[in-house]
Amino acid sequence: MNFIEAASDHYNYWIAVIVMMIGLYGVIAKRNIVKQAISLGLFQTGIFLLYISMAVVFTPDGKMGEAPVKHSERLAADVLSVAGPVYDNPLPHVLMLTAIVVSVSILAVALAIIVNIKRCYGTVEEDEILDIEAQGLLDGPDTKSNREKAGALV
Amino acid sequence: MIDSIPALMVVLPLMAGVITVFTGKGDKPWAWATAITGIVFAMSIALLAEVTAHGPVTYNFGNWPSQYGIAYTIDAMNGFVLFVVSLIAAVTTYYSRLSVKDEIPNDRLHIFYALWLLTICGLLGITITGDTFNVYVLLEISSLTLYALIAMGYRRDRRALTASLRYVILGSVGASFLLLGIGYLMMITGTLNMVDMHDRLQVLIHNDEYSRTIMVAYAFLLVGLSLKLALFPLHMWLPNAYTYAPSAVTGLVAATATKVAVYMTIRFLFGIFGRDFSFGAVESSDVLLTCAGLGVLYTGIQAARQNNVKSVLAWSSLGQIGYIVIGFSLNNENGLTGSVVHILNHALIKGGMFLALGCVAYRLGGTRLTHLKGLGRKMPWTMAAFTAGGLGLIGFPLTGGFIGKWYIGLGALDAGNWLILVVIMLGSLLAVIYVFRVVYAIYFGEAEPDSVHATEAPASMVVCTWILIGMSLVCGLWSEWSVDLAANAAKAMLAGFGGAH
Amino acid sequence: MKNMEDQVVLRVFSKIMIPFIIIFGFYVITHGELGPGGGFQGGVILASAFILYGLVFGKDQLAEAAPPRVVEGLAAFGVLLYSGVGAWCLLAGGNFLDYSYIIPPAEGAVIPHLDGGAEIWGMILVEYGVGITVCTVMITVYNMITEEAEA
Repeated sequence: MNFIEAASDHYNYWIAVIVMMIGLYGVIAKRNIVKQAISLGLFQTGIFLLYISMAVVFTPDGKMGEAPVKHSERLAADVLSVAGPVYDNPLPHVLMLTAIVVSVSILAVALAIIVNIKRCYGTVEEDEILDIEAQGLLDGPDTKSNREKAGALV
Repeated sequence: MIDSIPALMVVLPLMAGVITVFTGKGDKPWAWATAITGIVFAMSIALLAEVTAHGPVTYNFGNWPSQYGIAYTIDAMNGFVLFVVSLIAAVTTYYSRLSVKDEIPNDRLHIFYALWLLTICGLLGITITGDTFNVYVLLEISSLTLYALIAMGYRRDRRALTASLRYVILGSVGASFLLLGIGYLMMITGTLNMVDMHDRLQVLIHNDEYSRTIMVAYAFLLVGLSLKLALFPLHMWLPNAYTYAPSAVTGLVAATATKVAVYMTIRFLFGIFGRDFSFGAVESSDVLLTCAGLGVLYTGIQAARQNNVKSVLAWSSLGQIGYIVIGFSLNNENGLTGSVVHILNHALIKGGMFLALGCVAYRLGGTRLTHLKGLGRKMPWTMAAFTAGGLGLIGFPLTGGFIGKWYIGLGALDAGNWLILVVIMLGSLLAVIYVFRVVYAIYFGEAEPDSVHATEAPASMVVCTWILIGMSLVCGLWSEWSVDLAANAAKAMLAGFGGAH
Repeated sequence: MKNMEDQVVLRVFSKIMIPFIIIFGFYVITHGELGPGGGFQGGVILASAFILYGLVFGKDQLAEAAPPRVVEGLAAFGVLLYSGVGAWCLLAGGNFLDYSYIIPPAEGAVIPHLDGGAEIWGMILVEYGVGITVCTVMITVYNMITEEAEA
């Protein structure tokens, strides 16, 4: 019973870890490079969830903290006093904002490379790409005839 | 302005990288990048002198106290690595003019140099920063631009694309592990600043609190960093990425990217977790030594089997990283000194050798072993540089490569680990095989019909190659200054957080 | 993608919506210094207005409204605005990004954080730098993806 309680108490971590592991599994197991790139995004989303859930701050009576917004009607002294409202920690949110931008950039770079792979190899399946590479047809520059030679294999 | 050097080290390449987009065509982007990297190199010397003379320097962004804001902290360790990175950056940028013109279409030159400067900005930033999350962000800045730079090699060989994609996937997984580890550490310490994190972690470790969380964080960080520095079983992204990248990019990456990752590892293991935890409580020494030792042997054998000389050097880089990892895993002063000094020497040697291969690629359009046959008489200066670098890789006495290995060997003796000493010897023997296989082809092979008319590479390229190789020879003959700097760094790291307080 | 232009509802509705989206984007960027929001979110909202325009009226119309060269130039300009504000503070005698120095302080004055107009100017300028870059980069990404799709 203890285990179930422990598990349900921290369900936010379970969700984060499950999302992360689905992503990591996809990166390793999928043979389609587009799917690998998407799985990578999923893996990073899991990490974002972990960070976000660590930002939650509980009040002494067990309620969750408020969004860290500066209300003009509240005095600064009220905010800083012990009896004042409890805010969630804004730092992890800010960090994840940056990390989301990074993750989007990674996806953009990966997709840009994949578009070029599709153009040069004629496929986005990793097995077929490895086949083409193993046959050594890729020596030489990126010209139309070379591309067709590689593409004709598929 | 002198006080602002730590910020300028990162901000200058960042701003300059963006401005590069507007510099126009022809040689202008190159001239701009060369000027900027030159200034950065000068600043790194000033910084290193300051740190050596007066101890650590701290710079607070926005004048926020370092607990709240981002602080850049420079001590003997990262001052030294900054010097190495900016030296290589300055030389390879000057070198790159003709080589890049040859390999990158003319209308992409400004983009190429913008990415180039941003990569340098990221690498310098990782080294200089004292904030763990900043490490992640700058790591991604340098990696993202590197992925693009490597992929630009696809006009010469399309395998650059798949190599780059593999680097994207594995590099991002490694960086994500790093992010996870930093997240766990932040969860229990509530801070991102390295010095703070170190202090609070020591208290937690001492009181045996949150030991499982610390362990998980350590595991994620170690695996993530190992992926980034290409430790043996996690190295698969590296050989193809180095082989198919444009020549100048390979020179820059091979000499700096993995070195910066090594620096990060040393910083996290010694500076943040502390050696008592990293090598006492979790005994990561055995794991690291096993991986690195096997890596030295395996990559040596692989290097001897490659037909593309760039591949040979890429695999040999993995072996040299193995030595560096062995050095700091021994957890004593000699070993760590050896690691740090080998960061410099290997950067010089490998950078120089890749630049020499860039000269070959410029004249012959490729770097396969058949291309190099008989080049000893056609391109004497380039090939002499290559051979001198090769001797350094072997660890021949009086070359730079010897110094690092010597200290790592001393460290192994101090630790009483004879097996490691044997591995270092065997690794050097393998290096003899793969270096002389190439050198034999250079001086005793019959020139292929394609390369009969090859001539010496342009002077600017040869001079840059020789600057790096020559410096590695100087570091071998007069090793005091580099060893002194490295020993300072090692002492600072062994003392916990770089003596910052 | 071409026939979306024939849909009267889409065309009229997006024409009505786009000004509001743009105003909301600017609001989010400007409000970022006090509440939730800021350059990243506001920039994406701004970009969504342009992308909606591109989706409904086609790529050529978008290229007319937001010429790719200008968009790419603005992306670089945004970064320069951000780091330029930082460098300005540095030249004025403070640390990098120390907003208190944006308006040069009186001789010998104590300059705490969160005080006076200088901080707010610094934050707004930096947020706009971020916002411009994010918006223009999103538009560039959209342009590149549609380019590949039509080629």
